[in-house]
Amino acid sequence: MTDRLSIGVARSAAPAIPQDILALVSIPLIGAIGFVLFPDDLAFLTRLISLTLLVLSLDLVTGYCGVATLGHSAIFGVSAYAVGNACVAGLTDPIALLIVGAVSGAAAGLASGALVARFVGLPQLVLSIAIGQLTAALANKLSSLTGGSDGLSGIEPGRVFGVFAFDLYGRTGYIFSVAVLTIVFVILRRLVNSPFGLLCKAMKDDSLRARMIGARIYPRLVIMYGFSGIVAGIGGAIMAINTGVVGLDSVSFEQSAEALVMLVVGGAGTLWGGLFGSVAFQLFQHYVSAANPFHWLIMLGALLIAIVLFAPRGLAVLAGSLAQRTARLVWRRS
Amino acid sequence: MAKTILGIGLDAVSYGMVLFIISIGLSIMMGLMRVVNLAHGAFAMIGGYLASYALKSIGVSYPLAIIIAVLGTIVIAAPFEILLYRRIYRKSDDLAQILLTIGITFLIIGLANFIFGPTSKSIPLPAALSGPYDLGFKVIPADRLFVMACGVCAALLLWLLVDRTEFGIRLRAAVDNGDMAEALGIKTQIIFSVTFALAVGLAAFGGVVGAELLPIEPYYALRYMVTFLVVVSVGGSGSILGALAASMILGLVDTTGKYLAPEYGEFFFYLLVIGIVFVFPNGLLGRSR
Repeated sequence: MTDRLSIGVARSAAPAIPQDILALVSIPLIGAIGFVLFPDDLAFLTRLISLTLLVLSLDLVTGYCGVATLGHSAIFGVSAYAVGNACVAGLTDPIALLIVGAVSGAAAGLASGALVARFVGLPQLVLSIAIGQLTAALANKLSSLTGGSDGLSGIEPGRVFGVFAFDLYGRTGYIFSVAVLTIVFVILRRLVNSPFGLLCKAMKDDSLRARMIGARIYPRLVIMYGFSGIVAGIGGAIMAINTGVVGLDSVSFEQSAEALVMLVVGGAGTLWGGLFGSVAFQLFQHYVSAANPFHWLIMLGALLIAIVLFAPRGLAVLAGSLAQRTARLVWRRS
Repeated sequence: MAKTILGIGLDAVSYGMVLFIISIGLSIMMGLMRVVNLAHGAFAMIGGYLASYALKSIGVSYPLAIIIAVLGTIVIAAPFEILLYRRIYRKSDDLAQILLTIGITFLIIGLANFIFGPTSKSIPLPAALSGPYDLGFKVIPADRLFVMACGVCAALLLWLLVDRTEFGIRLRAAVDNGDMAEALGIKTQIIFSVTFALAVGLAAFGGVVGAELLPIEPYYALRYMVTFLVVVSVGGSGSILGALAASMILGLVDTTGKYLAPEYGEFFFYLLVIGIVFVFPNGLLGRSR
């Protein structure tokens, strides 16, 4: 009893800043390890980072607000196309392109949030799917803006801060992406621990009680969707800037479903869970599915079932509680 | 012009009937067990594979192949029900249901490809169904007529089952108030299991008779996963008439869109879905909870 109490106290006493510092240190550190270990795979790692931003964005609405959505890549894709078009039109500064992505992502997020947040349960899920599929069909139709099934190509961003050019090996792009991810992650930690973020969590845990203490749910969900859209938009911008091509796969249903799977594998409702799930899933996928895509599906299916049965809060939480248990065991023995 | 309209109408109705046969099982399951089963299409796919195997490798007749497919799919699905689905009936949150059933879908896709290979499998029709059929004013493919007849029969039999039998009474009691039904001595677990078997069997049946319109291949389960869910949601979960209406409307819109404006893909289909979900969040004929 006492040790549980002391853990509780330690948790509540631990201020948010050390975790921020942890993020500030660990994300660039892991990024540097990736840079050293896989110097030939930087394009893959950059793509991984852009999808990680999509997963974090999904975490904001699914993990923190409990909105079940299978259409989130619509926001990601719309922003990627917006960034691509801005770049082709002559706006080549990478920072400006990031802002274009964030703004268009926010607009797309607010629009779909305004629709999706009106409902709960099955209608909400189906509405999110329908919005995603509608966007995908439009992206295919409006080929003057999106290049249709050929994809939008010819995206050639300028130098970062006017100094660092995007090179053939993707080094600049990779470092740029790691930096963006780190900054976004720290800001998001602040967001979810703010009174607004905590209220969103409360609405997810018990919407009736949240309403009883005076929270108006719908506008807050839409605002959170807007924040989520900004993050997804930055992810789409990173993708467009680095790969130089935006294809229809960036708005596809498969991408939405995969992002949801990554989030829940890692652990929805914590940013670390989303980060961990995205990185672990994609690394695993990159190496296993290259060997045999269908064995990969069997393994992924079995893994998903196992997670729902044995670790419903995700692998990151499972790992955390295992570590805590061993630590307690060791502490008792000594 | 009249010919085009008739052609579209014919394709739309037969496509809608296939959608109905497959989706109605999911609709009943979602109405009773409240489980968002994204793996429903995977069971339809298993039915198609079994029928194709029975017809081409064993060489049985077409009706027997349908029976093998339906019973075989129920047998294959049974362990999933006992080990997995029972845990998520009625109580689990949406996210756990989505994840579990997506996991089952991936597993079945991988296994189907491992066993049957990545190519699409045909289900050869018997001679009586493969030729044209003269209606008097128009000659149409006989298999389309067969699909429509199957859909109508399925709807009628289901209505009889739910509305006129002892089992139907128990089922409706369990839908209306599960705890009270349990307290009155109705074994809801058995009702759930029988309903699951019924749903999976209907899916397999639809997978076989609809194979001309929705070809059987490993990614079948993923490609139509969303379509079946959308039909159930638009019709209202648990409603037979609602599912029939939704299948017909969505089948008509999808087929017309693909005939007249193929470059828009599924745009009109999903535009309509958004519209209907907005006006009828519980589906056309669904009840509010």
